[in-house]
Amino acid sequence: MPLRAIVATTASKTAAALSRAAGRGDGSVIGGWIGLKIDPDLLAHLASGRAVALVSGTNGKTTTTRLTAAAVGVLGRVATNSYGANMPTGHTSALAKEGHTPFAVLETDEHYLPQVIEATRPKVVALLNLSRDQLDRAKEVAMMAQLWKTALAGHPEIRVVANADDPLVVWAAAASPQTTWFSAGQRWQDDSSVCPESGHPIERAGGDWWCVGCPLRRPTPQWVVEEDGVIDPRGDWHLVKLQLPGKVNLGNAATALAVAGEFGVRPIEALPRLSRVTSIAGRYAQVDRDGRNIRLLLAKNPASWLEAFDMADQAPTLLSINARDPDGLDTSWLWDVDFSPLRDRPVLITGDRAYDLAVRLQVNQVPFQHVHTFDEALAQVPPGRLEVIANYTAFQDIRAVLDRVN
Amino acid sequence: MNDSTLRIVWIYPDLLSTYGDRGNMLILAHRAAARGIPVETYEVRSDMQMPTTADIYLIGGGEDGPQALAAQRLIADGGLNRAVAQGASVLAICAGYQLFGHSFFAKGTKCGGLGLLDITSDRGETRAVGELRGDIDPRLGLPPLTGFENHGGRTHLGAHAAPLARVTGGIGNDGQTEGAWYGKIIGTYSHGPALARNPALADLLLRWSTGADRLAPLDDTWAERLRGERLTAGLPA
Ligand SMILES: [Zn+2]
Repeated sequence: MPLRAIVATTASKTAAALSRAAGRGDGSVIGGWIGLKIDPDLLAHLASGRAVALVSGTNGKTTTTRLTAAAVGVLGRVATNSYGANMPTGHTSALAKEGHTPFAVLETDEHYLPQVIEATRPKVVALLNLSRDQLDRAKEVAMMAQLWKTALAGHPEIRVVANADDPLVVWAAAASPQTTWFSAGQRWQDDSSVCPESGHPIERAGGDWWCVGCPLRRPTPQWVVEEDGVIDPRGDWHLVKLQLPGKVNLGNAATALAVAGEFGVRPIEALPRLSRVTSIAGRYAQVDRDGRNIRLLLAKNPASWLEAFDMADQAPTLLSINARDPDGLDTSWLWDVDFSPLRDRPVLITGDRAYDLAVRLQVNQVPFQHVHTFDEALAQVPPGRLEVIANYTAFQDIRAVLDRVN
Repeated sequence: MNDSTLRIVWIYPDLLSTYGDRGNMLILAHRAAARGIPVETYEVRSDMQMPTTADIYLIGGGEDGPQALAAQRLIADGGLNRAVAQGASVLAICAGYQLFGHSFFAKGTKCGGLGLLDITSDRGETRAVGELRGDIDPRLGLPPLTGFENHGGRTHLGAHAAPLARVTGGIGNDGQTEGAWYGKIIGTYSHGPALARNPALADLLLRWSTGADRLAPLDDTWAERLRGERLTAGLPA
C-alpha cells in the first residue's frame, strides 16, 4: 500500500474512534470521509487483495449484506459495513477498521454502484431489486437500471447474482456474460409493467413474466425459494431456519446463499451461520418495556411496507411516518400502499406526517388512533406484543426512545 | 351521470403512474360512496380502447418516454376527446396535465398533445420540487390549493385556459400561476394524490359529474388538519 494510503487509513481509523468516543454514532462516515480526503484512491487501495462482493438494490440490502457476510464467513474473515453506511465513505471506513481480511461484503447504495465497482473491482455483484424510493431525490427507476447496465457492460469479469423476478434487474444484468439468477418472489410489481428495452407492456402469469414486444423475459433461476427452504443449482432443497421474520427474509437468505456460492461456499456450510443472525441495525429487534414486547420493523417505500405487513403478527400496531431528508420529503407513496391487511388489529399512528397517514387510512377504511409520542402509544395498548412499523427517521426516533434508560 | 352509477376511469396506469396517483381514484370513489352514490372504477391500460361514456377521467404523472407514448395512443384512440366533448370531467396531473395541451417536451423533442387545454409546455431551467400553494380561481369557489410538486416542465397558458391558482408558494406553471382549467377539465402540477389535501377539489369534480349543486358534508377533520399543517409548513411562525 502506498504511504499516502497508509497515512489515510490511520487517519480514518482515528477519526472514527474519536467520533465514537464523542458519542456521534459509529463513526463510519466521518472516518471514511477523512481518509478519502487524504487519499482519494483509498477505497481502491483498501479493496485490493480482497475478494469483494457488492450488494445493491432498493430493498433488502442491509439484511442481505449481513446474511452474505455470515455465509462467506465460512471461508475466513470478512470485512463488512454492517451499519448501513453504504456509500464510499462507509466502505472505506469498514475496510480500514477491519484491517486486512481475505473477503469483503459491502452493502452499496444503488446510485453509487458504478463508482464502487470501479474502486473495489468486486468478484461478485448482487442485484436485488429496483423500485420507487424517494422520487423527489432519487433518479427515476428506469434510469437507475440503465446506470447499472452500463456499469456491468464495462466489467464482463464480474459474476453477477441477480433477481430473475424483477424485469428491470434482469434487463440491467443481462449485459453481463456471467449471471446467476435467483428467484425470491417479488410482491411489488408496479414499477416494472413497461419493458425497459422496448416500451411494450410486460405480461405476468403465475411467477413468470415476459415482454409482449421483444425477447426480454424471465430467465430460468438457478436458486429458488420453495416453501420454507431454498433449492440450489444442483436441485437440492435445503430447509432455511432463520430468526428473522417473513418470506422476504427467506428470499434475502436465498440471495446470500447464491452470492456465497460464487465464492465456493455450500449451503450446508452456510445455513447454520444464517440461523444465528438475529437483528440487523435494530431491525426486527424485540424490546421488552412495561410488559409490552415491542418489535421494530423498518419500512421505507411501498414495496417494503407490503413486506412488513407480511412479517407483522396480528397484534396492536403502531405506524410512524416522517418525511425528513433521509425519508424523502414527499409522502405520496402512502397511496401506493394498501393498508387493508391492518383492518383486523388495533392501529395507532404517530410521526411528523401522521396527518398524511390519517387521511390515507380513512379512505382505506382502517380505523386508527393518533398518538403524539411513543410513550403515549405504549400506554394505549394492553400487555403483550406491540408491532412498530416505521419509515427511516421515524424508526431511528423510536430506537432512540427505546435506548433511553428509564 | 348517464344512469345511476358514477364511472371513474384512470387513464393508462401502466404508462402514467408515479407515486400515489392511484390515490385520486380512491378518494373520489370513497367520497362518492360516502354520499350513497354508486361508483365504479376502471383502470384502462394503454393497450385497451378508451371508453367514451365515463363521468370522470383521471390521468397521472410519469417519465418522458411513457408520456410521449400515452399522448400518441390517446390521439390515435380518440375516445378521450369524444368523452370530453360529451361533457366528462377530467383531473390531469403533471405529465398528464402537459399532454392535455397543444404541445410538450419529452426527451428533448417537441411532442403534440390532445389540444383539450389551451396550454403549451417546455422545460424549465431547474426542477421544481417542494410544497406548492396557491389561491384558486375565485370562480371555482374553492379554498386554497396545497400540494407537493416535482417536475421539470414550465407551462404557458393561452387565452382559452384560466390558471387554476395564483401561486403563493412554490413554482407551479411558472412561479406566478399554477395549473389550468377550462370547462370541466382541471390540470395541475400538484403531484400524485392531489385530492388528499384538497377534498373540496374532489367534491367539485363530483358535483360537475353528478350535476348536484351541493353534496352532503363529510367528516374531513383529518384532511383539514393535514391542510392546516401543509399550508403553513416552512413559513415563519
Ligand atoms: Zn420489450
